[in-house]
Amino acid sequence: MDIDLPTVWAGIIAFAVLAYVVMDGFDLGIGILFPLFPEKEDRDVMMNSVAPVWDGNETWLVMGGGGLLAVFPLAYATILPALYAPLTVMLLALVFRGVAFEYRWRSDTGSRRWDVAFFGGSAVATFAQGIALGALVQGIAIEDRAYAGGWWDWLTPFSIATGLALLAGYALLGACWLVLKTEGGLHAAARKLAMRAGLATLAGMGVVSLWTPFLNPGYLDRWFGWPTIGFSLVVPLLVAGAAYGLWRGLTRGPDWLPFLAALGLFVLGFAGVGISFYPWIVPFALTIEEAAAPEESLVFLLWGSVVLLPMILGYTAYAYWVFRGKLRHGEGYH
Amino acid sequence: MFESFDAILLARIQFAFTIAFHIVFPAFTIGLASYLAVLLGLWLKTGRGVYLRLFDFWKTIFALSFGMGVVSGIVMSYQFGTNWSAFSDKAGPVIGPLMGYEVLTAFFLEAGFLGIMLFGREKVGRGLHFVATLMVAFGTLLSATWILAVNSWMQTPQGFAINEVGQFVPVDWWAVIFSPSFPYRLIHMVLAAFLTTALVVGAVAAWHKLRGRDWPEVHTMFTMAMGMILVVAPLQIFMGDLHGLNTLEHQPVKVMAMEGHFESHPNGAPLILFGFPDREAQTVHWSVEIPKLSSLILKHDLNAPLDGLDTVPRDLQPPVEIVFWSFRIMVALGFAMLGLGLWSLAAFLRGRLHDSRNLHRYALAMGPAGFVAVLAGWITTEVGRQPWTVYGHMLTADSASPISAAAVGASLVAFIIVYFAIFGTGVVYILRLMARLPEVDEDDLTDGPLRSAGITPGPARKESHHGH
Ligand code: HDD
Ligand code: HEM
Ligand code: HEM
Repeated sequence: MDIDLPTVWAGIIAFAVLAYVVMDGFDLGIGILFPLFPEKEDRDVMMNSVAPVWDGNETWLVMGGGGLLAVFPLAYATILPALYAPLTVMLLALVFRGVAFEYRWRSDTGSRRWDVAFFGGSAVATFAQGIALGALVQGIAIEDRAYAGGWWDWLTPFSIATGLALLAGYALLGACWLVLKTEGGLHAAARKLAMRAGLATLAGMGVVSLWTPFLNPGYLDRWFGWPTIGFSLVVPLLVAGAAYGLWRGLTRGPDWLPFLAALGLFVLGFAGVGISFYPWIVPFALTIEEAAAPEESLVFLLWGSVVLLPMILGYTAYAYWVFRGKLRHGEGYH
Repeated sequence: MFESFDAILLARIQFAFTIAFHIVFPAFTIGLASYLAVLLGLWLKTGRGVYLRLFDFWKTIFALSFGMGVVSGIVMSYQFGTNWSAFSDKAGPVIGPLMGYEVLTAFFLEAGFLGIMLFGREKVGRGLHFVATLMVAFGTLLSATWILAVNSWMQTPQGFAINEVGQFVPVDWWAVIFSPSFPYRLIHMVLAAFLTTALVVGAVAAWHKLRGRDWPEVHTMFTMAMGMILVVAPLQIFMGDLHGLNTLEHQPVKVMAMEGHFESHPNGAPLILFGFPDREAQTVHWSVEIPKLSSLILKHDLNAPLDGLDTVPRDLQPPVEIVFWSFRIMVALGFAMLGLGLWSLAAFLRGRLHDSRNLHRYALAMGPAGFVAVLAGWITTEVGRQPWTVYGHMLTADSASPISAAAVGASLVAFIIVYFAIFGTGVVYILRLMARLPEVDEDDLTDGPLRSAGITPGPARKESHHGH
């Protein structure tokens, strides 16, 4: 049998990153929305709605990073130094928000402080992730199997734009999660917020999509050349469909619809990035093929992934199922 | 401000700092996860409420430490790329898949069942809740297995070839995973984790005992912890000896540094108990030695010859001063733990396990000993393999990222400030949780046997909520 292992692996890594983005996306989004809900009871509910699952969500980040090291070591070894500062900031921010889940319940006087840490950590981590994405899209300098740029190269107007767009996007996911999981006043407020965050997200996606083709002629070709122009026509239509679903869900629809529509927007945005990149892993500098680990490594880990990933998805789904349904005020896990 | 520093040195300090913080949490949670599973199992089997109360008591502490372990661990998985990119590019094909398996088999398992273990007892019922707890415990052990396979391969690499771009290419996965030092390191580390947890549990019980809180929970904790130490401490010393013999075979230079042997001894090497190694002068000042004992321990023969660091070029010698001391700290603590176990046994045989105040004081003082021994052990291991990252094949100096000293230095300072602030606070919260007494939640219990035995938790229990 002759399968193109590097491409299969690119697909698996892309899946892990997407899983991370949507899953940690909504719990980071909860943190981003924290300042808009000053009441302690509301915050308790918001926190509790993600407390049983956030650790699993964040594990996809380890899967993305660890997977890259295993199957595309050269990409890991060039992208991470290029994104040194944003990634370091992201990791530190994740420390703050991660411990807030537990610390918040451990002190009465300090609980406000950990609310601030939760918000700050979530917002900064999101912004840093957006910047990292933008920096990767605009390309990084590689020579001799090593990063060859400066340590501020990641900071450009474009990467700031992607950072802001991701903030809006995660806030949208968070708000839609709250629509799904809460009732009463919190629920009503979340609907309003989701509407605004939805508009901001669409605006962000629009700006980034229009900007990208002008970063590099390669992208221009990809989006307006034959046959890929087909995608350029279909993707915006699908985005419009998802946007309609979101609007419909937030005005009249069932509580699960907005979350589903928001997921749809993320999948489409992600597909857009995928179309721009393929077959590069670092745009215009390193292809999937060049970055791939030797076949022995790819095969060895593939066996495990084929068996284990479905199991992981299974018990993850079970964990979500156990904690399904709406949360009420005062009902907590702590 | 960091121009005068060397970027590699800063990256090494950063790695050592972040991993030293990380290891403290797994060292505790690996043991605690198993302890929780045992407590829950005992409760399901006997129906005695003590066990459930202890489970709930330690569960919150577990949740806090686990959270800190997770966030400090995520930092580790990115450190290889940010600071050690040359190493990642070259060794990634071998160590990457092992860490990939750690994520797939261990991290997802822990994370997936953690929520149910912590918050789901009412939702899923006792049986499934127990399964979830077992899964978390199993996950922590699997995680240790994979990461130690990685580390052991870096210490005693085999089963690979080098390709045209200089990458390590796996040839035989079995040989890669079961590298010569792996079984020893794995057992030694897991025992270390169990000891660390037992010492902490014992110290918490002792602290409550010293304050006169003679509750059944405290008794149970103390008995379980001391029993564990009595069994595991001697095993650990035995394993440590075997581990050392294995190291002598595969990394003899490390053992020379641990022993402080600058000179070769053609007929019987002395055991240096104490002294001040000096790499400049290539000698140990003011050493206190027992003739021929080192040969006896390492070769089981009083007159066996042992090579010294004089057979190794200077630039391939590890920092002897550090390794020499960290090794002695670990071994001394190992014997101090054995002492605790034996003392408890003696007190138990005289029926004084629960009212010997001196024993309780000693158990309290030994609370942090596991952490110190774990760190000392790792420092011995890691500093002792310098100047290599992949022993004998890739130098630390060739492993680093092309990042400026300023960038590494700035992030190092950030890590130091954040870690001390965040994890320092976490430790305070944990200590506060330890100072409570297990709560009685009347609905929760099937406490028949205990109550009828006449040990009724009276008013003093209220005091517990105020702790200290
Ligand atoms: C509670 C913790 C603990 C205790 C009491 C001991 N150790 Fe240990 N030791 C460790 C925890 C540890 C560790 C953290 O698990 C290390 C670090 C890496 C490793 O493989 O295990 C270690 C490493 C380590 C090494 C280095 C192996 C290498 O790098 O190749 C040796 C030779 C010993 N130990 C020997 C001993 C002896 C003779 C002990 C008896 C008193 C002892 N250890 C007690
Ligand atoms: C978990 C407990 C550990 C501790 C406390 C620890 C401690 C240290 C210390 C003190 C150093 C610095 C050595 C020196 O510069 O002289 C170091 C370096 C290093 N360790 Fe460990 N280590 C641990 C586990 C691991 C594991 C499991 C791995 C591999 C997966 C690992 C990989 C490395 C690497 C890559 C370096 C940097 C390069 C080097 O200086 O050798 N360590 N560690
Ligand atoms: C001997 C050294 C190590 C042991 C025994 C160990 C063990 C563990 C364990 C048991 C956990 C679960 C969380 C906890 O219990 O605190 C954990 C978390 C973690 N460790 Fe380590 N670890 C070691 C070193 C490392 C190294 C070198 C890395 C970097 C590659 C690493 C990466 C991680 C990550 C990413 C997590 C978070 C996983 C999650 O999301 O659940 N660990 N580690």
